[in-house]
Order: sequence, then structure tokens, then C-alpha cells
Amino acid sequence: MSEAPAIEVRRVSKSFGHVAALRDASLRAPKATVTCLLGDNGAGKSTLIKLLSGVFPPDEGAVLVGGREVSFRSPRHALDSGVSTVFQDLATIPLMSIVRNFFLGREPTRGAGLRLVDWGRAETITRDALAEMGISLRDASQPVGTLSGGERQSLAIARALHFGASVLILDEPTSALGVREAANALRHVQRVRDQGLAVILITHNVAHAHAVGDNFVVLDRGAVVAEREREEVTSQELQELMAGGGAMEELLKPVP
Amino acid sequence: MTLLLRRPEVTPVAGAIAVWAFFAVIAGDTGFLTAQGTANYMEVAAQLGIITIAITLLMIAGEFDLSVGSMLGAAGVLMAYPVVELGWPLWAGIAFAFLGAAIVGAINGLLVIRTALPSFIVTLAALFILRGVTIAFTHDVTGGATQVGGVEQATAGSFWHSALAGELFGLPAAVYWWLALTLVATVLLAKTRFGNWIFGAGGDPDAAAKLGVPVARVKVILFVLTAMAATLVAAIGVLVNGAADVQQGQLKEFQAITAAVIGGTLLTGGYGTVVGAAFGALIFGMVSQGIFFTGADADWFQAFLGAMLLSAVLVNRYFRRHAQER
Repeated sequence: MSEAPAIEVRRVSKSFGHVAALRDASLRAPKATVTCLLGDNGAGKSTLIKLLSGVFPPDEGAVLVGGREVSFRSPRHALDSGVSTVFQDLATIPLMSIVRNFFLGREPTRGAGLRLVDWGRAETITRDALAEMGISLRDASQPVGTLSGGERQSLAIARALHFGASVLILDEPTSALGVREAANALRHVQRVRDQGLAVILITHNVAHAHAVGDNFVVLDRGAVVAEREREEVTSQELQELMAGGGAMEELLKPVP
Repeated sequence: MTLLLRRPEVTPVAGAIAVWAFFAVIAGDTGFLTAQGTANYMEVAAQLGIITIAITLLMIAGEFDLSVGSMLGAAGVLMAYPVVELGWPLWAGIAFAFLGAAIVGAINGLLVIRTALPSFIVTLAALFILRGVTIAFTHDVTGGATQVGGVEQATAGSFWHSALAGELFGLPAAVYWWLALTLVATVLLAKTRFGNWIFGAGGDPDAAAKLGVPVARVKVILFVLTAMAATLVAAIGVLVNGAADVQQGQLKEFQAITAAVIGGTLLTGGYGTVVGAAFGALIFGMVSQGIFFTGADADWFQAFLGAMLLSAVLVNRYFRRHAQER
């Protein structure tokens, strides 16, 4: 693998007060690959995503995009560098229309003088982008609050793709979804990877991770404790790695 | 029909028609329907409406400003004092007041952002501080008076006097400012990027920030615009009355929030319209003036207004829930 990974973090640390959320953690996410970030609650997954998406900078260590070191000043800066994050809350605003949500922060304008927003074009793009995700809209001006959780997620993914992301970070994309919607979300993950993007999938659902993941990185208490490739690990082993040696194993042991 | 009912302006427009019809029947023969009666309530509506526009934008962005009434009083003195006592031209006095308002608005906004305190608290403090400073300063420089008078003599015949306190087709200048600003703010919300950011900042500030919206900047700008709207109304009031009174603008903050909410703006942010707010202010104007024409005791005004506020909120909520279910 001579080509630089689409995104990489090198030995980052981040503390909040006396709590070390990340300690010397490293992660590489190559193009056209799904890299799964696994870990229990409090393992440091959220902190790592926030570093990658420009919410705050690391205390130590570096973030590299396409092999070049960057220091994101804001979420906007990360977006402009092609790093798009679909947060667990999906960053959609229920009372705003689908179109207004899709383009929030990146509204297309037309003309030179007043530079008014071109909502007509915005609506067409939104419809097309959502149609590709298998959602046909009756009315793009309806509030996002009327969409289901799965549909909102598709909206968030479609939005990231439309704005030319080269890295897509998905934070617990399946946790709030039903079985069918979760399967659908995982299909989107594969489709995005097949388009050549580097996907970072954060989850604590090992079955979901193993279904689509190419590489697996396990975090525990702020540190990377295991890295595996798909061929060399089973779902069961991942589960054990994640549980940090035994907690689940103990439970799963057959009662004598 | 559903589409129509989903428009947030429907309730305030229907409410305005109902209130107008009510007074037309009750007080139609005692002057409510005359040109003068109409001009009266339009003037009240316009002065409140100008502030309500800014308050509505701010409320959509998820913040309050309780200091607009005090700002109005402060701006009146800021403008009148240099004009009357120091012999400044009127335009310079107005510009000075707007500068002061911009500073107050920026301080309000930055305090809210930096301290992360609710704007309700920060601007409640500003309400008292501004009013206190205005009264103390005016007492000091006038030797105990509560007014800066003599504005009429100092400004009569100037361009800005007629632009702010003149009349056109029987309606006071304030009405034209109100309508023009309603149009500008409506275009701002519907057709500009900044307008979309206002909805985002109020709907979910964290989500908006993650998508790259400069939420803090949007809010600070709106605090500044709100203080400036109060200053425009102060300038109009001072020129119409010929004096700046330290008590000017009292209760305007609550009246503006009332008008915004009657107009369909959500108290919790993220939702509202400027056209609705205009009709909210119109309802306020018609009720406050209409009471006089009915011959009933004007003391009933506030009770009437409170009942209107409550019913407007309930009706708005009913329709919004209905629209969400589709």
C-alpha cells in the first residue's frame, strides 16, 4: 500500500480536564475501504470522530488528509477538505424542510448582485440525490420531522456524497434503526465504498461491522487495542476484542 | 387545504380579519372604520411591528431580547441630546444612536455566546442596566428632568424629520418603514443563505454548526439588528413627540414577543415568519386602539390581549401538529 490513506490520524491524544479521552491513538482509512471503529461506550470513539470532523483539535498528534497534515479550524474546514461526517443525531433539523436541510450551510446562489438562493435548483438536486438512495419524495418542502429515521439517515448520507466527500464518517448509523432499515443503511455503506470513498464506520454492533467492514480497529479506554483485517478475524473474535477480554465471554459461556 | 393550513401565516391573518370584523361591528359607527381611526391603529402597529420583525428573526434563531424597550428609551436620549444640547445635525444624532445600538446589540450577543447563559437572563439584565443608565444620565445632564425636549425646534424641516415623522396618503411614515422592512426581512428569510442559517441556528444550533453554519455570528448579527430596530422606532417616536422621554419603550419587549408569537413564531426557536409577525403587530394595534372606540374601559385592553395570545398559541400548535402528521 504505497498510496497515502485518504485520512489518517497519527498518535493523537486528547484530554478533557483530568480525563484522557484518547491516548496515542492511530488510525488509517484507505480509499474504497470500510474501516470499522469498534469500542464500548466511553472507549473514545466519539472523541476521535470529533477530531476527524473538525469539532475540536487534538492535544497531541496529527491528522492527515491524502497524506498531507491538516489542522481543522472548524467543521466547515473539514467539510471543505472532503471529510464529511454523518453524526449519530444526523445533524438534521426537524422543523426545516428537506431541501433547506440538505443545503444548510452550502446553499446554492445565482446571479451576481443579491446572490439569492436558487431553491429551484436546490430542490431538483435534492430529489435526484434522494432518488439515488431509493427515496422518492412527494414534496421536498415538507419538514424533515416527517421522515423516518432511516430516511433521515439516507438524507444525511446523500448530502455528504453530493458535496464531494472523499472520506465519509458514519457515527453509529444503525443504532437507532430497525432491522430492515439497518440492513438498508449497510447497503448504502457498501455502495459508498464502491464509489471509491474511504468510509469510517463507528459502531458497537459487531455483526453490522463484520458484515461490511474491510478493516477493524478496536478502541478501549482511549487507546487502540487491536487492528485486524477482514480475512484474519471472525465476528466472534471481534466481539471478544471489544469486550476487553472476557466480560461477554463470561456471560456467553454455557451454564454447566 | 392541508398545504394552505400548513402556512404559518394563516392563523394571524385569520385572527386579524376576525379582530377587524369584531371592532367594525362593535365600533364601526364610533370611528374605528374612519381614515383617522385606521391611521391610528396602523401607527401603533407599525411602531411595534418594526421591532417585532427583528425580534421574530432573533426568536427564529433561538434567542430572546428583553432589552429592546430599554434600548428604545436609551436610543431616544442618545439621539436627542446631541441634537438639542450640542447642536448636531439630525442625521448625526440618528447615526450616533445607531452606533450606540450596534454596540449594545453586540455586547448582548457576545455575552450570550461567550457565557452560554440563556439570552432571557442576559437581556433581562440589559433591560435594567440600560434603563437605569438612561434615567441617571438624563437626570444628570438636564438637572433633574426625565425628558430631552425641544427636538421639534431643532429639527423641523430637515429631510430625516419628514422621512421618519412625516405622512404620506394619510398614513404616518412609520407604516411605510414597517411595510418595507417586512418585505426585506421576508426576502432575507426565504431567499438568502443568511435566512437559511437563521432557521438552522434556532432549529438545532449544534447540528447547524456541524454543517458549517457560523451560528455565533448569525446570532450576534441578529442582536445588533434588534437593537437597531429599536433605535429606528426611537427616532420615529422622538420626532413625532418632539422629545425623548427616559421611560419611552417600556413593555415594548413583551409586546413584541406577544406579536411575534401571535404571528406564529415558536418560542423555542427554529420556526416563524415575518409576515405572520406583521399581522401579529397589526392585531396588537387594532386591539389597543379599537378598545377606545368601543367606549369600553381601556383597562380591558390587557386582559383582551392576554386571551388573544393564549388562543393564538393554541391554534398555531394545533395546525402545526396537523401539518407534521402528513
